[in-house]
Amino acid sequence: MLKRLFPMPLHTGILLLVWMLLNSFSMGHLVLGLILAIAIPWVAAPLSDPHARVRKPLRAARYVLMVLGDIIVSNFEVAGRILRSNRHLRPGLIAMPLDLRDHFPLAVLASTISLTPGTVSVDFSEDMQWLYIHALHIDNEQHMIDRIKTRYEAPLREIFAC
Amino acid sequence: MLFVIEVFASFLLLMGGVFILIGALGMVKLPDFYTRLHAPTKATTLGIGCILIASMGLHALRGDGFAIHELVISLFLFITAPVSAYMVAKAALQRRTRFVDSTINTEMSKDILERRAPK
Amino acid sequence: MLNTVLMVVSVMVGLALVLNTIRLLIGPSTADRILALDTLYINSIALIVLLGLYFASDMYFESALLIAMLGFVSTAALAKYMLRGDIIE
Repeated sequence: MLKRLFPMPLHTGILLLVWMLLNSFSMGHLVLGLILAIAIPWVAAPLSDPHARVRKPLRAARYVLMVLGDIIVSNFEVAGRILRSNRHLRPGLIAMPLDLRDHFPLAVLASTISLTPGTVSVDFSEDMQWLYIHALHIDNEQHMIDRIKTRYEAPLREIFAC
Repeated sequence: MLFVIEVFASFLLLMGGVFILIGALGMVKLPDFYTRLHAPTKATTLGIGCILIASMGLHALRGDGFAIHELVISLFLFITAPVSAYMVAKAALQRRTRFVDSTINTEMSKDILERRAPK
Repeated sequence: MLNTVLMVVSVMVGLALVLNTIRLLIGPSTADRILALDTLYINSIALIVLLGLYFASDMYFESALLIAMLGFVSTAALAKYMLRGDIIE
């Protein structure tokens, strides 16, 4: 019964919190926020697939902070490459073998890769075994793959426990 | 304290402006579509992040209370930037958009189009 | 001091808008134009936030949020159109 009323309890909480923070506090907004926070999951719940859940929230928070740091570093790196001459650029495609299988962690991994040092994820292979990446500058292909695997994929496997 | 926050916010604003400008410069200067893809996903996203954080600090300073608007916008941008980059890159590959000559492993684009493992 | 900084940063963002418009006009591929349009959206959000700071008003955030959402949806729709030649399947 409770499950029927609140199919996504976490999302209900977040929706209510964001609604209250976006609007000034008043009783009317609280009621409106509650109605929306309960009604939106009814519509959204049938659309979401079952996927891996975060098992270690603390580790996930550390991962987010690390990625934020990497985003800043990557920006200085990319800015340097943009300001230098195009002749020094060696862009290229890389194929990275994947150990993760679940769709949600893979989406997080692909987004992380797109936001960090000189790489944009382009596509997966049909069987989800390979991730294709376009890099702005490649010095050593294998080195780059290893770095992504140890720095991003390994923590994600730990966080989602898969 | 007031002065410190103002200096810090000015620094963030300037950094944001510089990154946005560098991102736009990259859009014009880089040799092919795939390299240009790197400019907006990174430089511009960080640039706007800096400006939004500065705006958050300044609005709090003026006594409008702690505003979450900026946080919502930057969070939204950080989530959507990789997704739109992925979609545009995929579309460009499908249309056989050309790589610049210095690109390595271009033959891999055939594998990507067929979504199979690399040779 | 802050107003001077705001002016300088606004000029920078304006210049960035001009550069992106150049890319939007010269192309050469459709993907380039979509990318330029996407960047234009994000830069205009920056410009609106700066304007809100300059006039010390928080009325501009709603429009910034709207542009952020519309920008993402339109980029996704354009990319989808390029991919399939159809937006709604």
